[in-house]
Amino acid sequence: MTDLVQTLIDGLGRGSIYALLALGIALIFGVMHLLNFAHGETVTVGAYIAYASLVEMELSWWVTAILVFLGAIAISVVIEFVAFRWVRGTEDFTMLLTSFGVVFVVQAFFVMYAGATVRSFPRPEWADRVWQVGDLNVGVIDVVTIGTTAISLAVTAYVLRRTMFGTSLRAAAEDFDAARLMGVRSNRVIRQAFIVAGALAGVAAVFYLMRTGQARPVVGLAPMLKGILAAIVGGLGSLSGAVLGGFVLGVTEVVLRAWLPEYLVGLTDAVVFAFIGLFFVFRPQGLIPVEAGERV
Amino acid sequence: MLQINNLTTRYGAIAALRGVSLSVEAEEIVGLIGPNGAGKTTLLNSVAGLLRPAEGDIYLNGERVAGSSPDAMLRLGLALVPEHRRLFSQMSVAENLKIGGVSVGAKERARLMDECVDLFPVLGRKWETRAGFLSGGEAQQLAVARALMSNPRIILMDEPSLGLAPMLVDLIFGLVDRLRREGKTLLVVEQNATRLLQVADRAYVLRTHEIVAQGRASDLLQRDDLFDVFVGRPRGRRR
Repeated sequence: MTDLVQTLIDGLGRGSIYALLALGIALIFGVMHLLNFAHGETVTVGAYIAYASLVEMELSWWVTAILVFLGAIAISVVIEFVAFRWVRGTEDFTMLLTSFGVVFVVQAFFVMYAGATVRSFPRPEWADRVWQVGDLNVGVIDVVTIGTTAISLAVTAYVLRRTMFGTSLRAAAEDFDAARLMGVRSNRVIRQAFIVAGALAGVAAVFYLMRTGQARPVVGLAPMLKGILAAIVGGLGSLSGAVLGGFVLGVTEVVLRAWLPEYLVGLTDAVVFAFIGLFFVFRPQGLIPVEAGERV
Repeated sequence: MLQINNLTTRYGAIAALRGVSLSVEAEEIVGLIGPNGAGKTTLLNSVAGLLRPAEGDIYLNGERVAGSSPDAMLRLGLALVPEHRRLFSQMSVAENLKIGGVSVGAKERARLMDECVDLFPVLGRKWETRAGFLSGGEAQQLAVARALMSNPRIILMDEPSLGLAPMLVDLIFGLVDRLRREGKTLLVVEQNATRLLQVADRAYVLRTHEIVAQGRASDLLQRDDLFDVFVGRPRGRRR
């Protein structure tokens, strides 16, 4: 039982980051029908902001967290304005290729101007602390990540449900043309979707970088892939599905790391992907299909 | 109020509308009838801004509006009740009305929502119900109410009776008549030509992407050859 609770806490901590990223990906997919592979670049940009803030300017993690958060929102909006706005209304495949293009451009930018080597920065000293609760070892970073994610999701849910801005976003996500017929401005609603997605990615980036303490041009690749997988597992376009998919993916990873034989631990991601492949054989529509679930 | 001149709209190389001209005057109900594939929905979507016309002009209250976006058209006072209603099925009746009033201020929105409930009492009873769970008649009433939430000067309605039981068709045409009495201007596309011509002031007949007949609705009702337009038979071969 203790093992199970321990695994659950660790999994939720990891899954929180995936859930936040998946939520942003699902939101953008709902509004634009774009599977945004460039979403991970919010983490990449955040990593270099963290490096500059902590190492070059020697600022605190509190200030750094705010800068990473704001940087993620800014880069999300810039990517929409510079890249996606010009291919809006084209084939889904064109937008998909554009998102790959953005990934390569951002990575090339950092390779050219920051170098391909890993740049490490100090992690917050409390990130490695562990609270002993009975037989459980509860990582402080997990508690903070889960708590902040819960607050972020609650705020997002409130905004989407209770404000005109949120209602417009949900309407545009369900039927973009019908929303435009009601007077929802397409440029504005898409920009707002990228702001919300960027903010969620910013929170995810802060905790991801607190755990890894590294900046490199491809640092956003792994969280982006996990976020996209979580959104697809949850049922692409479904808000609740994306969050659930993130947590399921996080817990699955931790369970496999804990229970796989030692010689297979290095292949955890491969086993996770195999499980996901198997999952889609039986449930191709995802955990919470868009028709049945609360669409973005 | 609405003037369409020589409008041509294409899907790629194919012209779905060819040189269509029509007009709608204030507080008038104008019908647009014709067989499937004639271009009726394309015409409404072109006027509402969902499709960009290739040629021709559209004037709304004297202002040239061809090629404007749907949200711009709405703010100019033109609302479309689209084919198949296109309600936000995951959202409640209240939320659908709220989004219909996105272009007006909060106070005006609240007032219009109250008006819609007075006009369509069934919506008040289903306030928190998801639109996807409404019956056909309720959904159509919500679609019309949602369009009214922007306080439009002209409403375009695309196949309002499509897929409804005969009793509900009566309800919908009763609603069209009621909107006319309230001084609304309507351009209505409908497969049920006879019913539409009974409530409309004037009508246009669209066939193979062109206007082939027009006139007072009461006169068009008397024309036997309209039946041939619908089934695609040349005149004089009716049996």
